[in-house]
Amino acid sequence: MINLERRKALKTGSGLGMLAILSAMGLIQPGVSLANYEKNAFDAKSMSETLEALGVHALEDNSSIRLTVPEIAENGAVVPITVSSLIEHTEQIFVLVEKNPNVLAASFTFPEGTESFVTTRVKMRETSLVIALIKAKGKFYRTAKEVKVTAGGCGG
Amino acid sequence: MGNPMRIRAAVQDGITEVKILMQHEMETGLRKDAEGTLVPAWNITELKAVHNGKTVLEGHFGTAVSKNPYLVFRFKGGVSGDKITVSWIDNKGDTRSDEVAIS
Amino acid sequence: MNTHIIKSLFFVLLFSIYGSVVQAASDATDEIAKYREMISDGNPADFDEMRGENLWKKPSGPKKVSMQKCDLGKGSGIVKGAYAELPKFFPDTDRVQDLESRLVSCMTTLQGIPEKEITTKPFGGDNYKPDIESYVAYVVGQSKGVKMNVSLNHPKEKEAYEIGKRIFFYRAGPYDFACATCHTQDKIRIRMQDLPNFNKAKDSQAAYVSWPAYRVSQGLFRSFQWRLNDCFRQQRFPEPQYVSELTIDLAMFMARNANDAIYAGPGLKR
Repeated sequence: MINLERRKALKTGSGLGMLAILSAMGLIQPGVSLANYEKNAFDAKSMSETLEALGVHALEDNSSIRLTVPEIAENGAVVPITVSSLIEHTEQIFVLVEKNPNVLAASFTFPEGTESFVTTRVKMRETSLVIALIKAKGKFYRTAKEVKVTAGGCGG
Repeated sequence: MGNPMRIRAAVQDGITEVKILMQHEMETGLRKDAEGTLVPAWNITELKAVHNGKTVLEGHFGTAVSKNPYLVFRFKGGVSGDKITVSWIDNKGDTRSDEVAIS
Repeated sequence: MNTHIIKSLFFVLLFSIYGSVVQAASDATDEIAKYREMISDGNPADFDEMRGENLWKKPSGPKKVSMQKCDLGKGSGIVKGAYAELPKFFPDTDRVQDLESRLVSCMTTLQGIPEKEITTKPFGGDNYKPDIESYVAYVVGQSKGVKMNVSLNHPKEKEAYEIGKRIFFYRAGPYDFACATCHTQDKIRIRMQDLPNFNKAKDSQAAYVSWPAYRVSQGLFRSFQWRLNDCFRQQRFPEPQYVSELTIDLAMFMARNANDAIYAGPGLKR
């Protein structure tokens, strides 16, 4: 089963007309399809700069956002994060790490029919708040949790 | 061309769950190598998942996404055997696209 | 009277601090267990398995032969379930071999690759991925879900086990350390890492079946020989030679003690 999938994954990469697919998807020119405001947001350093770049002017805490993070991450290189939003018409989820050199880690856009749910993994430089920022109908909502990052040991 | 992804997609009760594991260094641009020189940032910047010609997820990554990025998302619809294509592009212009059938 | 009350208070205080420290430690352990559970899916070692599987079938070395005829103990070309029975005695080489030493044998005899070329730099690093490491990932992945079944029937297997046990308990080096110094007690930790107690079957099994593994902090797949090598380094022992008899015997001791557990590698470690 696993092997079959693997072989498939290996074959398709070279087998598909990659350029055609990518250009059809608008993925062929790096950075071009990335909206400018968002590019600036990824380059921004502080929280206020990042929110500014994203066009966030008003922000409310919302309990309809579920943010699942470990209380303690054994390794800051891999911090698992799951965000799901029950806010209607959630269009985007942004993952922010307050004390990282660049606050914005990732953003996801959900077309109609895709659940406003995502799991990913981010790097954290130190113990910090992790913030899930939701954009729904042009408005922004947030929820935050602290993740403690241990330096990790030797052995294991 | 980038290295192959590992994609698993399974449908249950009308919801398709897609799990993607990508192979990428995701260099932050802040790390120094053994000689003390800064290793330049190298990261996937954009990702797209397409089901039956329709985009089901778009993602943008900064350098803080972990090495070998992992992603799980869910969408409504999709039946066993349908194809899902996932593509990414990084800041050096390197790309990768892989396809998997929903199980 | 007063001093008595103060003394009592002091002890009450002392015990409550002790209690909360113990509580905090066990909470942290629980939280780390949760963290590990959260990252257990999506193991990047999958990519090393993929790479290993492709390499396995590719003719290479001076003889331009693939590894597909390699006998890992279950017969020429059989990979499935082979790792769960290693180390074992091999009549053709007349010695006990672990997976990595057996792979070296196959690479030298089948493919004609000089042994030194394989054993000089057998562990991966930045931008360096030795083929043998990817073979390891592929082969161990083919034993996932298989019950550990390491035999001591051959006298040389029994001997390897006994020597391995001696090595485990052997104190030496500038710190007068043995593996056993840290690994024969409960609830011993290095920083946040709980250390397995190898006097207990359950710990021995859990530790063995989760290696080789992808090491998150290094972003690399690590083999069992690497794991042992690093243990020696941490004990300030001289680092053992790759696939030396000492490492094979120690691996035999550990593998046999994991018998009856279900092999679950490649693992994912902090």
